[in-house]
Amino acid sequence: MNLFKIIEDIEKVDPEVYERLDSRRKVFKHMGSFSKKAALAALPLALGSVFQKAYGQTSNDVLDALNFALKLEYLERNFYTQALQANGLITDATARGAIETIRDHEAAHVEALIATINSLNGTPIDEPTFNFGKNFSNWNTNYETFLTLAQAFEDTGVRAYKGQAPRLINNDAVLTAALQIHSVEARHAAYIRRMRGNEGWIIGEGDNSNVPAGAQPVYEGEGNLMQGGVNNVSTVGAGYSSAIATGAFDEPLTKAQVAAIVSLFE
Amino acid sequence: MEKQLKKLDKDNAGLKNALVAPMQRRIFFRYAGASAAATALLFATTSCDDDDMGAMDPDVVDLGSGDIGVLNYAYALEQLEAAYYTEVVARSLSMFNQTEQQIMQDLKGHEMIHRDFLQAALGSSAIPALQVDFSSVNFNDKNSVLMTAKTFEDLGVAAYNGAGRLLEDAGFLTLAGKIVSVEARHAAVISDLISNGTFADSANGMGFDPAMMPADVLAAASSFITTNISANNLPQ
Repeated sequence: MNLFKIIEDIEKVDPEVYERLDSRRKVFKHMGSFSKKAALAALPLALGSVFQKAYGQTSNDVLDALNFALKLEYLERNFYTQALQANGLITDATARGAIETIRDHEAAHVEALIATINSLNGTPIDEPTFNFGKNFSNWNTNYETFLTLAQAFEDTGVRAYKGQAPRLINNDAVLTAALQIHSVEARHAAYIRRMRGNEGWIIGEGDNSNVPAGAQPVYEGEGNLMQGGVNNVSTVGAGYSSAIATGAFDEPLTKAQVAAIVSLFE
Repeated sequence: MEKQLKKLDKDNAGLKNALVAPMQRRIFFRYAGASAAATALLFATTSCDDDDMGAMDPDVVDLGSGDIGVLNYAYALEQLEAAYYTEVVARSLSMFNQTEQQIMQDLKGHEMIHRDFLQAALGSSAIPALQVDFSSVNFNDKNSVLMTAKTFEDLGVAAYNGAGRLLEDAGFLTLAGKIVSVEARHAAVISDLISNGTFADSANGMGFDPAMMPADVLAAASSFITTNISANNLPQ
């Protein structure tokens, strides 16, 4: 069996084969260090897996996760764009500057996600129609309501990306891009939280987050203390308060949990 | 050789015990693991002078390979951050107002629990305590303290962002995700203490935070870490 001949043959029908295999480069390095005999013995198993990973799953799963992220980014872009246009809503110059920064990032995320979905031969979803006034009628006239929703969207965004990361584990490039967006959402969240006089991180089930009861799903499960195989993370080392133990770890939300939150605005 | 294989086995068992959360090792990686063992076997029978040199050097702390290596890499960075804020709280607290003092205390607590959690999770696979050097920091100067904090937080975010793709286990990836967003919150807050409104200036034109690979992160951190760290066996 000639591995390189096989790949050359595949290249004739798929010019991007090397790119697809690139993330698994180390596999080929490994193979290089085998004796020929050992390599031949191992190849049929390993090769099938490599191709399964390269082709089997540019998967609907990845595209679904990306479109799901796109929906959230559409929501955020729309929300900040409208808010910045609302008369007399965001008057403070520093606050406007910060919200403009955040809006620009969300707009850039929308573009990046659309480009990524297209490059994977997927179809980006169209922008949904959002209705921020559906449950919060004064969202664009009351600054506090606006900031409360902004905080909820940013903290939700952080949790949503975190929840989708495992679905991207087989696509290194997409996973890394998602993580790079994820941490920017966390920076936004910290800033908005502090604009409202809250700490930048989430304690307990959102205890320090100053949101109305209806927004509790945004913080559902944030008080989790079980991390990895450690049953109660506050007991590690010399021991920690539950405020430190919950503040130090952000928790993921499932797609369904996020969808339930988003449905309040569509 | 037998010893080596036993050690491999032991490491895996320890890891499974320590982190029983969603273990979704895929079949592919079982093959990869088998291949690695087979490679080791071949080397053992054909050449005896080719074994891991780095691990033999007692002055070098080797992070290890696979997911354990990546978690040790995170553990090393958390050690650095925990040591730093411990120092800040011990020596610099009076320079800060009440809100800022609480922030420094929280950051110290968060980094310490990250460190202690990773150590507990890694169990016997954990690297030893690292020696740090903060002699370049003026702990009587607020700006010096904050700028160094910003360096560490931004570096931490970029490191986790870059390391996600090196992890093979989805459970570990989620854990790293739980930590990195808190680091990003820290980074934003520290950045704003230096200059309000700069919370996300780290992002590029696409609105992406940096992602850095271990070699670059360790090089950037090397002036603060006395211990010689080898990342040679980390996944590429």
